Amino acid sequence: MGTQQATVDNGVNVEALLGAREALTQAPEAAKFQWRATCDWINGTHSATSVRGFYGLGEEQKHRTEFRFDTDHPEIFASADKGATPVEIVLAGLAGCLTAGIAAVAQNRNIQLRSVKATLEAGMDLQGMLGIDGDVRNGFDGIKVHYVIDADASKEDIASLVAQSQKRSAVFDVITNPTDVTVTVA
Amino acid sequence: MIARRRRAVRPHAGAIDVVVVGAGHSGLAMSHCLSARSIDHLLLERGEVANSWRRERWDSLRLLTPNWQSKLPGYRYAGPDPDGYMTVEEVVDFISGYASEIAAPVRTGTTVRSVEPCTNGYRVCTDQGDWRCRAVVVASGAFNLPVVPALSKAVPHDVVQLTPHQYRNSRQLEPGGVLVVGASATGVQLADEMQRAGHPVTISTGEHVRMPRLYRGRDIQWWMHVTGVSDQRYDEVDDLVRARRVPSPQLVGSRERSSMDLNALTSRGVRLVGKLAGIRDGNAQFSGSLRNVCALADLKMDRLLATIDEWADCNGYAKNVEPVERFPPTRLPQSPALGLDLKSGSIRTIVWATGYRPDYSWLKVPVLDRKGWIRHDGGIAEAPGLYVTGLPFLRRRKSSFIHGAEDDARELSRHLAGYLRAFGDRHSARVAV
Repeated sequence: MGTQQATVDNGVNVEALLGAREALTQAPEAAKFQWRATCDWINGTHSATSVRGFYGLGEEQKHRTEFRFDTDHPEIFASADKGATPVEIVLAGLAGCLTAGIAAVAQNRNIQLRSVKATLEAGMDLQGMLGIDGDVRNGFDGIKVHYVIDADASKEDIASLVAQSQKRSAVFDVITNPTDVTVTVA
Repeated sequence: MIARRRRAVRPHAGAIDVVVVGAGHSGLAMSHCLSARSIDHLLLERGEVANSWRRERWDSLRLLTPNWQSKLPGYRYAGPDPDGYMTVEEVVDFISGYASEIAAPVRTGTTVRSVEPCTNGYRVCTDQGDWRCRAVVVASGAFNLPVVPALSKAVPHDVVQLTPHQYRNSRQLEPGGVLVVGASATGVQLADEMQRAGHPVTISTGEHVRMPRLYRGRDIQWWMHVTGVSDQRYDEVDDLVRARRVPSPQLVGSRERSSMDLNALTSRGVRLVGKLAGIRDGNAQFSGSLRNVCALADLKMDRLLATIDEWADCNGYAKNVEPVERFPPTRLPQSPALGLDLKSGSIRTIVWATGYRPDYSWLKVPVLDRKGWIRHDGGIAEAPGLYVTGLPFLRRRKSSFIHGAEDDARELSRHLAGYLRAFGDRHSARVAV
C-alpha cells in the first residue's frame, strides 16, 4: 500500500485540491466563481467564442492565454463547417469535465490510470429544433457516455470512480438539472 | 372583555448543576449517567416523555433496529420477539418505562423558551419559570423540523403538500396520485404504504443508501454491530461533515423482515424519477442523474456486503450464516421521466420526505454555524458547559439510534463531570482568595 501511494501519478495535484477544499470551507466567499465567455458572429452560422478572464478566490483571474472556439454547422445544413456544432461543444464540455473528475478521484484513491477513453453519443430529433413537431424537444433526447479505462483497479473500483466523478461534475449537473437562463439585449 | 395583560414577571424556578433539554431516549440515557455520578440535574420536557414519538410519527412506523438491539444504560428489551421491530406505541412504552425505572427527574409540560449564557453558567427560561445552571445538555432531538425545499412555493395551489410530521395514515390522502420527494427510509416507507393503499405513487430520488433488511440470514443491523461499523467513531472517518449528512438507509421494520429498496417499490408499481430539481410553470423537473445515484447506491451496498463477507471469513462466521449473496442492481425505467405536469390533476398530493433538522431557535448561545447547526466536537459544544446528544454520527455511526445513546452519554457525562469539578475548583479558589 505504502509503495503504491508513492508511485501513483495521474498528473493531478490532489494535495492542492484538498488544500483548496479546506480553505474554501473556511472562506465560503472565496468559493464564489463566475465563468465568462464572449461570442462574435462571423458569418452565416459561424461564430467565434473566446474565454480569458473569470472571477474567483475573491478577485479577477485570467487563463494563461485566450482560448477560442469556432462553432458552425456542417455542410449538409448548407453551412461552411468552420467549426464544431454548438451541441458538440456541449459534449466536449461534459467529456472534459467527467474525465478530469476521473483523474482527480483516481489520484485521491491511489489508483494509477494508464488510459481513459470516452465515447459520447447524443441523440437529437431535428423536428424539434426546426419547429416541425411541437412535442419534440430542441435538445438531446439523451446522452450516452461510454468509458474504456485501463487502470490498476478492480472493475468495481473503476465503476465507483466513474460514478463519483459524475456525482461531483459541474457539467453533468448543468446538463441533468434545469438552470435559470436570462438573456438580455442592450 | 379586554383582559389586562399580566405583567411578564418570570418566576425564578431554581438553581441546579445541570439542565437537560428533552426527555427522549438520549436525554434519559444522559440522566442515568449523571445520576450514577451523583450530579444534580433536571430534564425539561415540553410535552411528555418520548414526546416526538407520541406526536410526530406516522401510525405504521416501526423502528429500523430489531428489538434485541433496543437498549439504554441499565435497561434492555426483554419481550418475546427479539427479532421484531417496535411500533411507535412500543417505543413510547419502552422509553417511558426507562424514565420510571431510573426515576429520571423530568419536568413534563415545560417548554424551554431560551437558553443563554450568564455568570457562572446558563439561564434556562421556560414557560414554568427560569432555571440557572452550570451546564446544559441539548437532548432535544435531531428531527424536530421537516426540511421542505424552497421550490415547494412553486407547487400549484390545488396540490396538497404534506410533511412526514403531518402524515398519520393514507386515509388522510385525497384520492389520486402522490409524488413522494426523497427516498431515504421515510420516503420509501411512505411511498410503499401509499401505493398499497391504491394511490399511484411517483418517487423522486437523489442520493440514497440501499441496504437489504436481511443479509446471509441475519439482520443488517446485526452485521453492522458485530463488524464494528456501527461503532465507528467520529474521529475515525474521512469526511465527518458528509457522514453526518448521510440520509437514513432504505430500511423498514416489518413482520416479514423484508427489504425495502427501489426495486421493491417498482415491483409494486411505484414510478421512479430523478431528484426534483425545479418546478417551472407548474411542471416538476427531475434530474437526469437517476442512473448515477442508483449506481452509487448499488456500488456502496456491494462494498458494505464485501466488508461483511470479509469479516465473516476472518472471524469464522462464514459457516454459521447463510452463503454470500448479491442483489440485482436497481432496475431503471428505459427513459426516466424528466418532467411531470403538476397542473394536470395526476398528482394530488406531494409528500416532502426531504429530511429533518433540529430546532435551535431557543438556543441563544453563539455556537451555531452558518447552516444553523451546533459547532461541537463529539457533542462537546464550543461554549464551555454546553453539550449536545442524539445527533447523527455525534460520536459514532450509531449515535442517533436508541442503542447508540449509551456510549455517548457515558463519555459526555464523564467530560461534563470533569467540567463541573474544574468549575467547583475555580469557584472555591476564588472564594478562598
